[in-house]
Amino acid sequence: MQEIFITRHNHLIDPILGVWEWQIPIYLFLGGLVAGMMIISGYFILIGKKPNTKCSCFRMPVLGLIAISAGMFALFLDLEHKLYVWRLYTTFEWMSPMSWGAWILLLVYPILALTALIRIPEELADKYPKIKSLSSKMNEKPFLLKLSGASSMITGGILGMYTGVLLSTLQARPAWNSSMLWVLFLVSGLSSAAALVHMIGKEEEERRMLAKADNAFLILELMILVLMMIGFFTSTEAHQQAASLILGGEYTVMFWVFIVLIGIVIPLIIQLNAVNHKVQHTPIAPMMVILGGLLLRFLMVDIGQYSHWINTAFTMP
Amino acid sequence: MARYAMVIDTKKCVGCMDCVIACKTENNVPEGFNRDWITYETIGKNPDLHMEIRSERCNHCDNPPCVYTCPTGASHIHEPGGTILVTAEKCIGCKACIASCPYDARFVHPDGYVSKCTFCIHRVEKGELPACVSVCPTYCMHFGDLEDAESEVSKLLQSRKYHTLLPEAGTKPQIFYLT
Repeated sequence: MQEIFITRHNHLIDPILGVWEWQIPIYLFLGGLVAGMMIISGYFILIGKKPNTKCSCFRMPVLGLIAISAGMFALFLDLEHKLYVWRLYTTFEWMSPMSWGAWILLLVYPILALTALIRIPEELADKYPKIKSLSSKMNEKPFLLKLSGASSMITGGILGMYTGVLLSTLQARPAWNSSMLWVLFLVSGLSSAAALVHMIGKEEEERRMLAKADNAFLILELMILVLMMIGFFTSTEAHQQAASLILGGEYTVMFWVFIVLIGIVIPLIIQLNAVNHKVQHTPIAPMMVILGGLLLRFLMVDIGQYSHWINTAFTMP
Repeated sequence: MARYAMVIDTKKCVGCMDCVIACKTENNVPEGFNRDWITYETIGKNPDLHMEIRSERCNHCDNPPCVYTCPTGASHIHEPGGTILVTAEKCIGCKACIASCPYDARFVHPDGYVSKCTFCIHRVEKGELPACVSVCPTYCMHFGDLEDAESEVSKLLQSRKYHTLLPEAGTKPQIFYLT
């Protein structure tokens, strides 16, 4: 028997850590989604998709700018000392993933703006002729287009990885201590972005291709989850306890029903049938994938805060 | 370079909470929050039970994850002494340090910044003891410099058995519990 009784009851700390609420999962989800959008749009730009086609790759940077701004706003809402937010940009703390993240986000904006410039919305082009001429000049230089595509893919990759690294470096929370977490968040971000294009894309070929890619991402996601579980069960007792939270513990239903079944398995079955022409492409499966991606962030943020180390230093004399 | 540490004799601690009250008074800790607290831990199988009472607080770790995760440098190592402090004017309240602390020793002050035990550095730098140590009625708490082999804390650690909290977390805590 081990019974621990403490006289502390600090707000947001006891009895279970709850310092990060809805803002952080939203931020991590939007960050991952934008990362996926940057990689996908960057890929299409890099392989030479023409701006006069209906390819979503030219719409995604604008959506990305909106999504990343919404994510950063959620992050801002989470801060307790909001007026001091500028402090993030007065220093670079190389050991702090959050500091890296703050600077990465600054890099994301110009890259998104650059790719958005390739095909600007008509209303904007009519209103701002200077932007239109800048866009025309950019389109005259294929090298610049390829460079912006490659930059978008690299920056998107860094952003997607960062969202997982942010949590996995906080080793005080066993459920986050997995070297697979950044891979999971990156693949999940790619999957959500592919699902978004599958849902809103106007080019049939592009939609079909992204549905196939999304199936691969979903299978990969399942494999990563299995590997994460193996990692936890072959680790310390604290990590095993963290993993048991989804295997009979408090988060079992949320994980298996909402993330694995609704977020991965069912949409995977629907999309596999759709790409094999057995059923029609509908927005249902992509919507489930996006919902699964969002709930995955909520689960991970919650489960990490729930998990903790177990004091073993006090022993029988 | 000095290395401040605290040594707490669990054979003498009765859990009276004088240290908790002294800290709250000295540091004007807001209502509903604690920088230090008492933990009662019982292990064993009835009737062979063993109990330890500990006065706990920030462990002022030698390998402090809270300092490493801080994106603004607000959480820092104060020298001399190696005490872990938070500069309120630099803290944005992102709470990464709270999430990174395996001891849950930090909290968000109602004014928006993260707060925690400072080893009463304002007193220590005037040559006084931390408030909690100074009021302990059983004299179970000791504070001093581990770099000084002649200090009380060094001698206690040389002569008695002790443990730290969650050594497996790799943080190298600087609060030692004599057993």
